[in-house]
Amino acid sequence: MLTVSNLTKNFGSIQAVRGVSFTVEKGEVLGFLGPNGAGKSTTMRMITGFIPPSSGTATICGYDITVNPVEAKRCIGYLPENAPSYHTMTVTDFLTFIGRVRGFEGKALSERVNAAIAKSRLEDVRKQTIETLSKGYRQRTCFAQAILHDPQVLIMDEPTDGLDPNQKFVVRQMIKEMSADKVIIVSTHILEEVDAVCTRALIIANGTVVANGTPAELRAKDPQGRLDVVFRNLTMKEGVNNV
Amino acid sequence: MSNLTNIKTVFRREFRSYFDSPVAYVFLVAFLVLVGFLTFGVTMFYERRQANLTPFFFWHPWVYLLLVPAATMGLWAEERRNGTIELLLTLPITLVEALVGKFLAAWAFIGIALALTFPVVATTGWLGSPDYGAIFCGYLGSLLLAGACVSVGVFASALSRSQVIGFVIALAICLFMLIIGFDPVINAVAKWGVPSSLVNAVAACSLMQHFDSLRRGVIDFADVTYYAGVMVFMLAAAHMVTDNRKAS
Repeated sequence: MLTVSNLTKNFGSIQAVRGVSFTVEKGEVLGFLGPNGAGKSTTMRMITGFIPPSSGTATICGYDITVNPVEAKRCIGYLPENAPSYHTMTVTDFLTFIGRVRGFEGKALSERVNAAIAKSRLEDVRKQTIETLSKGYRQRTCFAQAILHDPQVLIMDEPTDGLDPNQKFVVRQMIKEMSADKVIIVSTHILEEVDAVCTRALIIANGTVVANGTPAELRAKDPQGRLDVVFRNLTMKEGVNNV
Repeated sequence: MSNLTNIKTVFRREFRSYFDSPVAYVFLVAFLVLVGFLTFGVTMFYERRQANLTPFFFWHPWVYLLLVPAATMGLWAEERRNGTIELLLTLPITLVEALVGKFLAAWAFIGIALALTFPVVATTGWLGSPDYGAIFCGYLGSLLLAGACVSVGVFASALSRSQVIGFVIALAICLFMLIIGFDPVINAVAKWGVPSSLVNAVAACSLMQHFDSLRRGVIDFADVTYYAGVMVFMLAAAHMVTDNRKAS
């Protein structure tokens, strides 16, 4: 359903992503792990068509993002890092705007908006402008726009960053609820997230994939079965320059 | 026609966002006060005792110079500063649709400011019998001039994530494009011994000269084409800049 082949991104002389390849199937929740600056966000931005890859490509639901970007983007729901949204709009207006761009109108549009608000637990604040909301609500508003069109592929860049434990729990709950019939990619540098939601994890360091397996397989790399030790061993070795 | 739908959706959001904050109202009041003061206070509209809008349209390029960059500076700069550009450009729309939607929204907003100057026309019609055809041409010219300035503003806004930089660059480009066709400047340059053919060629590229003939009541296809050309060129430049710098 989602195939990433040999993605590379150069920023001038710096090679941020060096030939990343992987495949994700329906029903999988892929944890995209790595230290800060490892190339997680850059990879996600290439998969979602925000920035063009220097070489390689990603295929989403059969559409190549570099050849048919609009069709590929239709299949994707994306929650960018820091959950951006238009702060002067109300939650309902913002989601209505997204719904229109996604091609809904009339009754279908209001139904979609209401469903996204209900799923993201935003009923209490739907008439408030986004600038008046707390970080957790803003995060969920952006989450709501990502799931509004019930996408086959859901990509989230650090969806729980900066949230309190209760809010994290809610977001993880929402991810689990939707995981059965979707491809989900969640980038994070919080290791507990892997156990909480992921069926598979991919560790990236210094722009390359250094590990790809189920949480259990990754744990097996350390005699004590500690994920943080595995993570440190893999990323410190490869990503010394980033530390 | 999904393209038009997307442009309309971006247009609606952008246009409404002007009115989501007091900015729109401050802008409209400033525009009307400034145009009114310059027309009635500086060029002495009443004292001329002529039923035409020459002193009114005379000021439009200078008012746009100051206010259009203020209305356009946030179009892309704000998207980049807030990170919403990543949201917008990962939706199933093309950059051209986003760009045109934003451009039209800002242009329509300036159009509203222009439309609100209707009491000037009403006053003139009440006091004398003006040539309404000439007034229509003047308004058309003013609207086209505004569109050209807005396209410059869209381009300038794409250059940086700072709104102030967007404002200053738009103002500088518009100023340059105006004064190369402003008579006092043309006369001064001609005195330096620059060949008049060169001076005229440069002046023919200015926003001012094409506005001059329109505000005198002549709709020339060349003038309309010129403004359309400036808009297309500036939007193409904005497209290139946005595409290259969206992630920075």
